[in-house]
Amino acid sequence: MSVPQVLVASTGTANTASVLAAFMRLGCEVRTTQAPEEVRDAEFVVLPGVGALAAAMQQLEARELSGALRERVAAGRPTLAICLGMQLLGEASDESPGAPALGLAAFRSVQLDGDVRVPHLGWNRVEPDAGCALLEPGYAYFAHSFCVREVEGDVVAARTDYGAPFVCAFERGALLACQFHPELSGAYGRDLLARWLAKGGASC
Amino acid sequence: MLTVRMIPCLDVKDGRVVKGVRFQGLRDAGDPVECAVRYESQGADELVLLDVSATPEGRGNALETVRAVREQLGIPLTVGGGVRAARDAGALLDAGADKVAANTAAFERPALLTEIAERFGRQCAVLALDAARRGEGSTGGWEVVVRSGKERTGVCALEWAERAVRAGAGEILLTSWDRDGTGEGYDTELLRAVTERVSVPVIASGGASSAADCVAACEAGASAVLVASLFHDGVLTVDQLKSQLAESGVEVRP
Repeated sequence: MSVPQVLVASTGTANTASVLAAFMRLGCEVRTTQAPEEVRDAEFVVLPGVGALAAAMQQLEARELSGALRERVAAGRPTLAICLGMQLLGEASDESPGAPALGLAAFRSVQLDGDVRVPHLGWNRVEPDAGCALLEPGYAYFAHSFCVREVEGDVVAARTDYGAPFVCAFERGALLACQFHPELSGAYGRDLLARWLAKGGASC
Repeated sequence: MLTVRMIPCLDVKDGRVVKGVRFQGLRDAGDPVECAVRYESQGADELVLLDVSATPEGRGNALETVRAVREQLGIPLTVGGGVRAARDAGALLDAGADKVAANTAAFERPALLTEIAERFGRQCAVLALDAARRGEGSTGGWEVVVRSGKERTGVCALEWAERAVRAGAGEILLTSWDRDGTGEGYDTELLRAVTERVSVPVIASGGASSAADCVAACEAGASAVLVASLFHDGVLTVDQLKSQLAESGVEVRP
């Protein structure tokens, strides 16, 4: 079995060192890329992201990565979206009104509210709905101010409670989107990344 | 439910972990990577690494230390020390930090926090706030201390906390100068005053010597507790402290 090849789509603002290190520890060959054809065709692709949604979308468009991402997700290739990366998959976000996101899943991101401190920083409980293949119950690390309350359509979700329940992750075949950071979630995150790789046919 | 984070702190000087009392009298406390790996395996929820080197050479070493720790560490890493511009923050993030903490430079130029928040997100911008109780005969309260505890500014710590959050800080690492390294417990009055004033998470720092201190910090509103001497000196392991917290009814990550 060959070593899994993982490419991290570079959105310019994202901090990728932790993602790279996590996949290296799993024995993968991993690097960042800005090449649309690589993002479209690679065995495994990660869409990380920090910062504001509009700025990240602008970078994806400028680098012609949005089309590449849409094509690879439509083709069912293993894709992992993390934090802002997950919010980028939706239709829009209250963080950047008027800026369309990738439109690969039916949701809009909204500001966290309720009687809680924002940003939501720290470890919180992940509760998968019935039918999740990759997501398991456990604690994961979060760092965000916007969230997704509900995803419509053919996805299975996991939920976390912070002020009110929100979608902390969802999966659709080999597409895995996490509001939390699997690369910073210790053994829980490492096992989740390993299951995602295994689902895409890798062994590690 | 969001759990309370237990955060070991590594003060790093010239590539070694050190620890002092009230920021002085530093003694060697081990290799940063070995400490980091040990604390993660014991159940640490996050790690803070403060570069206390005084020289540019020391700073270069710090980036190397961050890289080496990142390769091994699977939990969040906050790095502070010498962050004067957004590009310093960028260099630390590239090396493997997940959050950066700014102290003196942010105090002198609050726009630094805005720049970090705008470029990397506010969840990435941590204000390191060192606060000291005002002397006898004054109006009371706490004042901001900068330059590694060497300079009292006279500025109200609560007002600065509020301004820093407005400028872009997404978290406050709140150290009691009076309690740092003393084992006398966190300054819970200070914690309560700051957590009532701001809506971002606050990390309690300075003075922990028991689980009861950590419980008191949580009751005073802290979202996380920073612990250094207690762990470095092997008095308690992270998992021992966490299980004591759990027994006291504080939600921790198992």
